[in-house]
Amino acid sequence: MTNLPKCENKKLGLLIDLDICVGCHACVVSCKEWNSSGDTKQLSDINAHQKEPIGTFLNHVHSFEKENKENNESEPFYFPKSCLHCEDAPCVTVCPTGASYKRPEDGIVLVNEEDCMGCGLCAWACPYGARELDLLSGVMKKCTLCVDRIDNHDLPEEDRVPACVKSCPTGARSFGDFNDPNSKVSKIAKEREGVDLMPEMKTKPVNKYLLPRIKSNFDKEFNEEENSDLNVSGFLSWVDKALDKL
Amino acid sequence: MNKNFKTEKTHQLVAKTTCYMCACRCGIDVHVKNNEVIHIEGNRDHPVNKGVLCAKGSSGIFQHKAASRLQKPLLRDGERGEGKFKEISWDKALEIAVKWLKPIRKKYPEKLVFFTGRDQSQSFTGWWAQQFGTPNYAAHGGFCSVNMAAAGIYTIGGSFWEFGTPDWDQTKLLVILGVAEDHDSNPIKIGLGKLKNRGGKIVAVNPVRTGYNAIADQWLGIKPGTDGLLILSLVHVLLNRKKIDLEYLQLFTNAPFLVCVSEDSEDNGLFLRDKDGVPLVVDQKTSKLKQFTDKTVVPALTKPYKIGKKSYTSVFSLMIEKYLDERYSPSNVADECGIPAATINGLADQIADVAFNQSIAINQSWTDFRGKKRDRFVGRPVSFHAMRGISAHSNGFQTCRAIHVLQIILGTVDVPGGFRFKPPYPKPSSAHPKPHFNFGKDRPLDGPHLGYIAGPEDLGYREDGSIARIDKAYTWENPMSAHGLMHTVISNCYNGDPYKIDTLFMYMANMAWNSSMNTEETIKKLTEKNSDTGEYIIPRIIYSDSYYSETVAYADLILPDTTYLERHDCISLLDRPIGEPDMVCDAIRWPVVQPDRDVRGFQDVLLDLGVKLQLPGMIKENKEALYESYADYIQQHERRPGVGPLAGFRGKNQSSSGRGAPNNNQIECYKENGGFWSEEIPLESQYYKPWNKSYQKWAVKMGLYDSEQPFVFQIYLEPLAKLQTTRNLPKHLKPGKELEKRIFEKMDPLPIWWSNSDPERAKSFPYHAITQRPAAMYHSWGSQNIWLRQIHGSNKLFVSEDIWAKHSFMDGDWAKVTSETSSITVPVALMRGQNKDTIWTWNAIGKRSGTWGLANDVDESKKGFLLNHLITDLLPEKSDGYRWSNSDPITGQAAWYDLIVKIEKVDNKKKLSLPQFPTIYSPIATGKKVIK
Repeated sequence: MTNLPKCENKKLGLLIDLDICVGCHACVVSCKEWNSSGDTKQLSDINAHQKEPIGTFLNHVHSFEKENKENNESEPFYFPKSCLHCEDAPCVTVCPTGASYKRPEDGIVLVNEEDCMGCGLCAWACPYGARELDLLSGVMKKCTLCVDRIDNHDLPEEDRVPACVKSCPTGARSFGDFNDPNSKVSKIAKEREGVDLMPEMKTKPVNKYLLPRIKSNFDKEFNEEENSDLNVSGFLSWVDKALDKL
Repeated sequence: MNKNFKTEKTHQLVAKTTCYMCACRCGIDVHVKNNEVIHIEGNRDHPVNKGVLCAKGSSGIFQHKAASRLQKPLLRDGERGEGKFKEISWDKALEIAVKWLKPIRKKYPEKLVFFTGRDQSQSFTGWWAQQFGTPNYAAHGGFCSVNMAAAGIYTIGGSFWEFGTPDWDQTKLLVILGVAEDHDSNPIKIGLGKLKNRGGKIVAVNPVRTGYNAIADQWLGIKPGTDGLLILSLVHVLLNRKKIDLEYLQLFTNAPFLVCVSEDSEDNGLFLRDKDGVPLVVDQKTSKLKQFTDKTVVPALTKPYKIGKKSYTSVFSLMIEKYLDERYSPSNVADECGIPAATINGLADQIADVAFNQSIAINQSWTDFRGKKRDRFVGRPVSFHAMRGISAHSNGFQTCRAIHVLQIILGTVDVPGGFRFKPPYPKPSSAHPKPHFNFGKDRPLDGPHLGYIAGPEDLGYREDGSIARIDKAYTWENPMSAHGLMHTVISNCYNGDPYKIDTLFMYMANMAWNSSMNTEETIKKLTEKNSDTGEYIIPRIIYSDSYYSETVAYADLILPDTTYLERHDCISLLDRPIGEPDMVCDAIRWPVVQPDRDVRGFQDVLLDLGVKLQLPGMIKENKEALYESYADYIQQHERRPGVGPLAGFRGKNQSSSGRGAPNNNQIECYKENGGFWSEEIPLESQYYKPWNKSYQKWAVKMGLYDSEQPFVFQIYLEPLAKLQTTRNLPKHLKPGKELEKRIFEKMDPLPIWWSNSDPERAKSFPYHAITQRPAAMYHSWGSQNIWLRQIHGSNKLFVSEDIWAKHSFMDGDWAKVTSETSSITVPVALMRGQNKDTIWTWNAIGKRSGTWGLANDVDESKKGFLLNHLITDLLPEKSDGYRWSNSDPITGQAAWYDLIVKIEKVDNKKKLSLPQFPTIYSPIATGKKVIK
């Protein structure tokens, strides 16, 4: 069993806006791209060109349809999901080797791959299914919030955000410190009543979701009085008079 | 327990170039180490994507490293379609090509048929074909979105996407219709996010509610092919409520123009013009005629005019008469469109409210083309964006015209908050070239192949009445086919109609698979031999592609292209530009890594062939190459004096924009600048561009035009009226009798709508079948990409709740889908958010076994499928005895989305989609099993 540290300084995480996510998968692929490129090669693809390809992805977009009870319409929405960096992360406490840990300084949940034996207990413990056992390396992979970007002082400051945040075309993903009430993510989460995913699991996820805004509906019954009672010639004489006034 | 993560990724060379994963053309930062691509991300400084990058762009690394990449030139060494080739050297490949092409040019240049697909260098490939002398050149626009492009150019001098964009920063209400999630993909996504965060509203019209449609405030699940009717109904309601911008109509459109309405007159349907050809209008104050450009004119919108026996009425009056008709009232269109009348009424009200009660203004003085000074830019913050969903129908041209007329009556085009042009647009049809057809032995064609006709005199007939082009573009069957008709080429070459050809030369167009209607039939035409001679009916096929696509196996000679990271390209203002409403931009691609295979950039190869064929413009007086390479062409070529493929960093001091002498360091300047060039439009030129004197001056200075081209919007399209008037035409230009009725009906100079579906046919084939583009894929490139194929690895047929229940479908079921000509067997899935009479699937995921570097038994080929098998280029015979083309009668655009089908549940124990095609032998190895 691994103990959870107290993370009193920072709580880094993602704020994901379901109102503007169009399900384009930019975040999924840019995550895969950053986390498998170059020197930190770590996410394998098996059967890459064969039947039933299985690769390790740290982020997924699920699509759902929900029924709008008022008008019986189906409202599809997209739901991106990666590790939520829970305050009470069961994946950490369940880890028998101490490979899973939560960084005390900012609360990011990470895996020390050298100590991971691929037992899969953390995946079993995570209620969100956010962990992925890399079949090739036999170790557990997960979202790191791109620590090798956010901690990376060789990158310009504006690029020190997770790859998914940088790439997201609609701006549905923001990154920041939820412990700081003045951070952009805290402010927006407060204003738009950001929610926890499955709060009943009592994992206290750091990542927050913004629910779709109430959709406007412009339907209007036909109102006879609003329509002009003019025929073509009547219409033209209205125009003629209006032009004289212009 | 703090661990250090490695940071080496940042210590590499970052090469700034342009993405090619779709036609959006975002700026990318490619991290390179030891000639290997390590990582690709969005370029923050780039005007198109501002740092973001979609799933396709982010997976570019596996497009670049794809297993399917061709390795060396190939010469067919078996029968067409077997996939058996022998590798040859480039010297040998070019020698063969020259041996085939040289006699063609000498004797009959029209027998070379050159068509390109995913070609981002059309101003170059077109120029090459022109110098060769063949009239038979076009890119793929005829089967893509020519309705959208041509209707836009003819009506407002631009269209959506590369021509213009919603004013994302100021619009308050956006209406999108039939929008595919690819074209302009990142700018639209950036814009949607901005708009919603500002509290703006989105209304989406699409039979299927995915992607952008899913986040819209209101979704209108329209019946495919009825968008034009919906739009004209909105026009009807707005007119009825008197919610139109009279001043805009009066000053900036041809609404005041006078149309001859005397049926006996030879001018019937045409504008009243003075002796210099300038259209005349009645002055509101004096009731006298004046040129519409007159400095003092106050154009009347309603006053008729009479000269002798000839009567004239205004375009405005004709428009009112047409659209006030109850035919277009919401309650009369509701059933046909599948949209309740209350929804149409409500939408019209919402549009009117935003346009007229929430108008905005920018206080900036400007001068209009009549010379009148104005003190502000008034904006009506409603904007529209539409794409292939509304255009790939046989009524698509008029539908696309209708949406522009809707924008025009609201006064929302090129105003703050509306739809805004991106330079080099606006550019009216009159400022574009006309099509050219005059070919002859051993000489170039007399001008550019493609353009905009002004009337029947510009059609593609030779003096003996024969048809000039192999695709029959610019004939009476499709007189405004501004992008050619690539989808007719293989059929016409096979049939020798209008004439026999020698060599079919194609570039990156998957015509033996997902880009053809009726794939099986197309394959037969590519492979059939003449029973007497034993020769192929289409004698020779040369093909260039980067990848082992389905089409490669059907060619005789393969010229392997590079990937997008190994080549020079220009995203040129002469071509399909990138741009922003406030700035003019262009960009380059450059070889950020060197090929590890024996492949060459196709444009370099074309230039090389040009030299070997001694084509004018490509050789010096001493007959040697004028350009060392395509990169050299990009820098040195001048289309007009001082105007070349790239507009930035011109001139001796590298600081001229738009116009200036060639600069042989230009590409280096682009590289240093981040792979692109941009220059801001001054504020006083940013809006009302078609009529704004300072914009017009700026555009001339920038080389976008050579003289100012102010114009008014064409609500009434006179070239269509000219096409309707066929009686006095010379014999060689007269349409066949069988076409006369259709021409008169469909070429209405005011937008109209007609139903594509025949009630009799609909009884047997009750459902519409369409495709949608997944945001994470683009045509056939997506499902070979090892990451993207894990997102959309096999496609299902999505059916509505109604259809699901009616046929008692269950999860895991299969269905046989039958059109009037053929059937497919496919897996089904339920989707509620779609029009109840529509079935759909993702586009181009199905692959042919043996191709694209994939194993023979992948789901893409065993379970994936195409709707193409159900669609034919000729419709079933009608009561008149003719098999009409499955295309728009005005432009010839392929009517992919007119498809109607029936569906039945089938027991499919083998779990194989049908039809299955024999596995093609692959000259390249199947990709690796494990990628780490």
